[in-house]
Amino acid sequence: MSTDANETPNTQLALEFKSSTFSVPVLVLLTDDLILFKQQLLNKTKQAPDFFKNSPLVLDLQPLNRLGYDIKIVEVVGIIRQAGLLIVGLRGGSLIQNEQALELHIPIYSSLSEGAISAEDKKQKKATPSSKPDVEIKVDVRVTTLITQPIRSGQRIYAEGDLIIMAQVSAGAEIIAEGNIHVYNTLRGRALAGVQGNVDARIFCFDLQAELISIAGNYKVSEDLDKSVRNKPVQIYLQNQSLIIKDIVQHH
Amino acid sequence: MARIIVVTSGKGGVGKTTTSAAIAMGLAKKGHKTAVIDFDVGLRNLDLIMGCERRVVYDFVNVINGEATLNQALIRDKNCNLLYILPASQTRDKDALSQEGVGRVLDELKKDFKYIVCDSPAGIEKGAHLAMYFADDAFVVTNPEVSSVRDSDRMLGILSSKSRRAEQNEEPINEFLLLTRYAPERVKLGEMLSVDDVQDILSLHLLGVIPESKSVLNASNSGTPVILDEKSDAGQAYADIVARYLGEERPHRFIDDKKGFFRNLFGGN
Ligand SMILES: Nc1ncnc2c1ncn2[C@@H]1O[C@H](COP(=O)(O)OP(=O)(O)OP(=O)(O)O)[C@@H](O)[C@H]1O
Ligand SMILES: [Mg+2]
Repeated sequence: MSTDANETPNTQLALEFKSSTFSVPVLVLLTDDLILFKQQLLNKTKQAPDFFKNSPLVLDLQPLNRLGYDIKIVEVVGIIRQAGLLIVGLRGGSLIQNEQALELHIPIYSSLSEGAISAEDKKQKKATPSSKPDVEIKVDVRVTTLITQPIRSGQRIYAEGDLIIMAQVSAGAEIIAEGNIHVYNTLRGRALAGVQGNVDARIFCFDLQAELISIAGNYKVSEDLDKSVRNKPVQIYLQNQSLIIKDIVQHH
Repeated sequence: MARIIVVTSGKGGVGKTTTSAAIAMGLAKKGHKTAVIDFDVGLRNLDLIMGCERRVVYDFVNVINGEATLNQALIRDKNCNLLYILPASQTRDKDALSQEGVGRVLDELKKDFKYIVCDSPAGIEKGAHLAMYFADDAFVVTNPEVSSVRDSDRMLGILSSKSRRAEQNEEPINEFLLLTRYAPERVKLGEMLSVDDVQDILSLHLLGVIPESKSVLNASNSGTPVILDEKSDAGQAYADIVARYLGEERPHRFIDDKKGFFRNLFGGN
């Protein structure tokens, strides 16, 4: 680090770099037929517009490049953006594709090492039937869904993984996740976590005023919520099939 | 660029038409060519509030059906020559409006007008849907009571997911809260929600508070938008709202119970 000797030292810390891990959906491109790709992507996003709207995404071109298909990054990125998704990275691109991506300010992520890939492949072959469709757009949705807009009365959100909501959830709204639910604001509506039976799922919220909370089908309605747990940050989890509601901050 | 403003609420009778007339007049008075459209097919209220009911020849549905041109149907306001009214028809069935037809009329209006104010009917059915579908900005009219707030919340959900902007993944509609028929003394008695209560529930940008006021009834009886009654509290509140919408900063008024404030100050009750 080089600092100007003449500069007066300022002790106030202005920034900090931290390392953090995020789950982001990966969009694997399986065809070089971009018209077909566009069609299917738009169909997919139309099915759950709230879910996909402004969703971050990493584009994976490895399977295509393995088959020797050459794809212009600009075109694919254009289609993805048109579908309302935000592309935050490229993986498995060729040298030229990586360059093109960087020109568009899209970061490059290194692919798994060759050995790791074959191990992965083997694992997958065991788990899934070998007859794969020729064209498939795989949007891996078993990851975290992040929503920054309020969920209003009459709206419903379903996440196949974890669900994080940065805004309020209104009375009359419903948020559902197969994984955990985090609400960093007031939760007034209905929140159902672990809806496919995950008893380890939890609900975290900043201000509990919910109409209903449920984990893996075990629920409590508003009237069952004790005054002592309302209007504050709590976590909710399942213990011996009953819902436990605790302060997020544990006082010792 | 023209902007389309929808005045909407979900719940009926909260003051949408009163608001549409007032802000349309306010925008025109500020020098912007403005059109105000009555989407309440079958009821037709706006022309009464604007005092032009006797001059209605053609209406919105006639224009959509090609039975009249836009110029034939638009009525120039008697108080302000930058303001035009497109009335709703009284007799036709509710299905007379189509999304394609509404879009066509709005596109045509956009060529000539700076602001297009759409007075939505109550509810969340087709009429309300069409009124908000093409909007750039939404004025969500809410009364300080629980059912109105809930309906507004519902409407906000629809604005953010079913509008043209939402469907085409464009920038979302700008949503503003207009709290109307506000009576501070009743808030104090706990009979009404307070501004803070409503904002807490809706978390929406407050464009202004309109007090419950006799002047609104007087204005509608005389067929002039209340904003022209510059001495009235409601008229001033609407003028503030128009100014804030156009980017001016103005402190909020009509929120506190003045009488109560002085009473508290002097220790009496
Ligand atoms: N600030 C106010 N003070 C007093 N009365 C008001 C106020 N605003 C509206 N009103 C009255 O409330 C009634 C309903 O107003 P208005 O017609 O504007 O509501 P609306 O939302 O358009 O109704 P609808 O849903 O039927 O179209 C009218 O009688 C009107 O005079
Ligand atoms: Mg009305």
